[in-house]
This record gives sequence, structure tokens and C-alpha cells, in this order.
Amino acid sequence: MPAVQKPLSILVIDENHLRASVIEAGLREAGYDDLTIVHDVVGIARRIEDVQPDVIMINLENPNRDMLENMFQLSRAVKRPIAMFVDRSDSASIEAAVEAGVSAYVVDGLKRERVKPVLDMAISRFNAFSRMSRELDEARSELEKRKLVERAKGILMSTRGLSEQQAYVLLRKTAMSQNRKISEIAESLITAAGLLAPPDEEK
Amino acid sequence: MAKTHQITAGFMPLMDSAVLVTAKEMGFAEAEGIDLTLVREMSWANIRDRLAVGHFQVAHMLAPMPIACNLGLTPLAVPTIVPMALGLGGNAVTVSNTVWAAMSAYGAEANFDPSMAGHALKKVVSERVAERKAVLRFAVVHPYSGHNYELRYWLAACGIDPSRDIEIVIVPPPLMVDALASGTIDGYCVGEPWNTAAALLGRGHIATIKAAIWRSSPEKVLGVGALWAQENPEALSALLRALSNAAKWCGDARNHDDLTRILAEKLYVGQPEGWMLPALRGQLPIGGERTVAVSDFFVPFAKAATFPWKSHALWFYSQMVRWGQVQHTAENAQIARETYRPDIYRAALKPLGIALPVANAKVEGALTAATPVGSSGASLVLGPDGFFDGGLFDPDKLDAYIASQKQ
Repeated sequence: MPAVQKPLSILVIDENHLRASVIEAGLREAGYDDLTIVHDVVGIARRIEDVQPDVIMINLENPNRDMLENMFQLSRAVKRPIAMFVDRSDSASIEAAVEAGVSAYVVDGLKRERVKPVLDMAISRFNAFSRMSRELDEARSELEKRKLVERAKGILMSTRGLSEQQAYVLLRKTAMSQNRKISEIAESLITAAGLLAPPDEEK
Repeated sequence: MAKTHQITAGFMPLMDSAVLVTAKEMGFAEAEGIDLTLVREMSWANIRDRLAVGHFQVAHMLAPMPIACNLGLTPLAVPTIVPMALGLGGNAVTVSNTVWAAMSAYGAEANFDPSMAGHALKKVVSERVAERKAVLRFAVVHPYSGHNYELRYWLAACGIDPSRDIEIVIVPPPLMVDALASGTIDGYCVGEPWNTAAALLGRGHIATIKAAIWRSSPEKVLGVGALWAQENPEALSALLRALSNAAKWCGDARNHDDLTRILAEKLYVGQPEGWMLPALRGQLPIGGERTVAVSDFFVPFAKAATFPWKSHALWFYSQMVRWGQVQHTAENAQIARETYRPDIYRAALKPLGIALPVANAKVEGALTAATPVGSSGASLVLGPDGFFDGGLFDPDKLDAYIASQKQ
């Protein structure tokens, strides 16, 4: 009878709570239940000693990677040697991890086949999280653009006595004739209005 | 039309990224036909990893780091060469106010004298042993760093066993000052602006400096992926010329105000200008308005400051052996020696007409004063380059040096 493999114990270090929970959810869905999530490296040696993780994952923005790597090499707290997940035959997977912004360390002797799915899951979740952040940024800038248009309309309404609708049509027509975005025209107008404002209004 | 070389360089937000930053910001890279992209990183591990996967072709690296990579001491390392150093000096040892007060009681003075400070610290350490107090904890930024080796050299030469009498831990540079203030650590050896910052914030005291422990010693280097260097010799030569011109600009005192303004930007070091100017000017704060003048605290260009001396590589290697990081074999010594590439440096910079050392290695500690030495191009003055305890390192007598450091 084949020996039953103990499920992998995984420690995730991520100061970004939201991303940590995205990764946690992914790993749980994939059936990894022995998870420890930490947001701060204070007391990490003790934590590693308690948890005895098979896999440790840390995001590349964390400035404490050098401290962790040194600890893996030296510390008495780490009973089993831990090495970076490196498989020369799989440079694509290393590159994908670095690109996604995550690095993984595994205990000595752990089979590549057991670690790879964990790393792949982390990579896909990191990428999903980046996509989400990017979309959020885009949504934010969309809102900014709308605010610009609102301000430009206000300037046209007060300086040229236009209605809101007329002001918008004027901005839109100008944008079309110049082959530019309406938010760009709005921004130019706001800048120009600022430059042309009488000195006492500058403040 | 001049060919454009695309080069991406990783750097850490430290004052000694100045040469790389200046190459881009002051147009020296562009003038050599290089489109230089600089990427600010958060750890030396990231720099190593991204050089390995090819995101970076070159990087700001701790001087011993490429040697450690080539010796296979770090994960995910690729063969890395050092065709240029990025300046001499630039770091210091800072201790907490409590430790400094104790050192002062034992005769330490605010003059950065390594011997005086070290012997005072020795008494503080012995006192703690007698009182059965916890050993002092010092931090460095990386196990394969000049900081680690200088700190250990200084302590050992003053009778403090760095492996037993104190504890050495790793802390990232930007977290050093807070760790010192909170009492997590009692001292550290780190690059600027983190010594000046602690002194100006009143959270610590600069005890001694790299420029006094080992005068004219390298701190950061340009690490270059060996494969990329081999395949792109023209791009590398152009980059070395740009960096040499940038280093010259950084070394000119008239540019220090502009340099601190650039470095202070968020994109680069992202710290107050006032934290960087003291080190550039060689006027280091020691509390209140008082400063101590150190003319060679950070030397980016003069004294062949960017020359990759093989004797520097071998000294770092001797310290890796000394502290048990690697076994000494003829093969390992050869790997360390071949990591630094003065041949590439000379070939690339010859057209600039600047002073180029004729030798590839020198006896560290042989020059007790500034001395004219053999050079091609302009005339060259080197030194003083000694160790504070009078030790000599002759790279031709590596085995004997290593043997003499065994405890």
C-alpha cells in the first residue's frame, strides 16, 4: 500500500492583506488546507519553527527577502534546510514567478511535482490580483477624466454663458475636430484657464 | 546614425546608486547611444533574480555579491562579472544612543577612529558578558556584503568575536533606523543615507566609517550578466564610458546640490536631500549641529574609484573563507579573481583619456599616503588604502593571509 502523503504545509508572507486573501482562497480551493498567512515578518523565525512549513512564499516587493534567505541558510530555528524553488529545467516557471512578483522557498527533498502546482496557483493568483489592481486604477482614472470634463464644462458655462449641454457639445466637437480625447481637451482648457486667470485669482 | 543600446539596470534606493542614476538623468548614457532604464528594487535578492531571468542586463550590486553568485553560494544565480566598481567608501557603523553612551564612558570620541571606538565597544561587550546580559545585536544588509565583512573585520581586530560576543542579523536598509530606535538592534553597518538619517533624527550615533576601517575600499559594483556581456561587448563598453563620465560628474563638488536633488526624487532614493548632502560633502553629523569632516567618505571617481581591482575581489573572498561561507580551494580563489574584469574596464575607457591603472591588483594597505602610481592616460594618485589595524593584504600571498586569519 502506498504511503499516504502528508498534505503540504504552506506559509504565505504578504503585507498586502487583500492579495494574501486572494492567494489563500486559491490555495484552499485547490485543496491545500494547511495554510498559514502572515502579514508581518516580525517574529517570523519563531513562526517558521512552530509551523514547520514545506513551502514558504513571499512577494518580491517585500524588502525582507534578504533577511529570510539568510535565515534559511543559518538559523537554528529552521530545522530543515530550505532552498529557493529552483528547477533549472523549468526556467519558464521561474521567469513566470518573478514576473508575477512571487518567490517560493521549499524544504529540502520535496519533490518538484508536489511544489509546482502550488507555485503555479500562486503565480496565477498574483497575476489575477495585478489585473484587478490595474482595473481599479483604470476605473479611478476614468473617474478623474469625468471630473476634468465637469470642470471644463463649468469654465465654459461661466466664461461664455453656455448651458451645460452646449458646453459639453463644444468640448466634444473640439475633440473630434482635433482628433483628441475629450478629457485631453478638458485638461488643456483647465490649464489655459488657469494661465489666463487674472493674478488675484491665481490662489 | 548611432546605434541605440537598450539596457535595463536594477538598483537599490541608496546614495551610492548615484553613478547609475546620474548616467541616466544627466544624459551621459544617451550621449553614448544607450537607452538606459533604471528599475528601483526592494531587495538584493530581487536584483539577483531579475538579472538571472534576464529582466536586467546589469545591476547595482554589493561588491562581494557577484563573487558569491559565481561561487554558487546564492540561489538562482547566473554567472556575473564586475567590469566596474561604483565608487569607494560610503558606508558606516552606527550604534544606538545607549551603546554610544556606554562607549563614550570607555573613552570613545566622536572622531570615527575605528581603533578607539572598537576598543571602547570591546569593554562594553565584556561588561555585558560579566553582567550576564544578552549580547549586543548588530545588523548588516546582506551576508555577502562589504558591510558584513568590514563590521566583522573591525570587531575581530578589536578583540570582539563577531560570531560569539555579538549577534549579527540581516535587516533591509530602510528599516535600520526604526529597528535601532525600537531597540530591536543595537547597531548596524549600512550605506547612506541611513547613518546620517539616524544621526540627524537623534536615534543613533555614527561610531566609525568604512573609509577608516579599510581606506579606499569598494562598496557597490556594476554586476553584469556574463552571457549578455559576451554577446554585447559594444553596449557594455558604451555603458562603462557613460558610467565613468557620470562618476566624474558625481565627484565634482559643484554638482553635489544637483545630485542630491535628483537622488531625493521618489523614483530614486526617495529620501530628504538633507540626508544625502552630508555624506557627499564629507561632513558627517554627530549630534546637534556638530559634524566631523571626512574628505574621502564617499569617492565616486578620483583615485581610480571605479576600477575593479582583483585584490578587492580576493580580499572579499578571503573574508568569505574566514567566516565560514565558503571553503578555500585554488579553484574557488580563481573564480573570485576572475569575477572582477579590469581588462574590460581598460579596453572600454581607453578612448576617454582618463587615468587607468597599469596593474590589475595591488597590495591593500601598502600605500600609507596618497601616492602617484603607474598609469596610462592621465596621471593617477592612489591611496592611502590601508586597513585601520595596519594589516596588509597581498593578493599573491592569499593562502598565507587566509591561514593567518584562522582562529
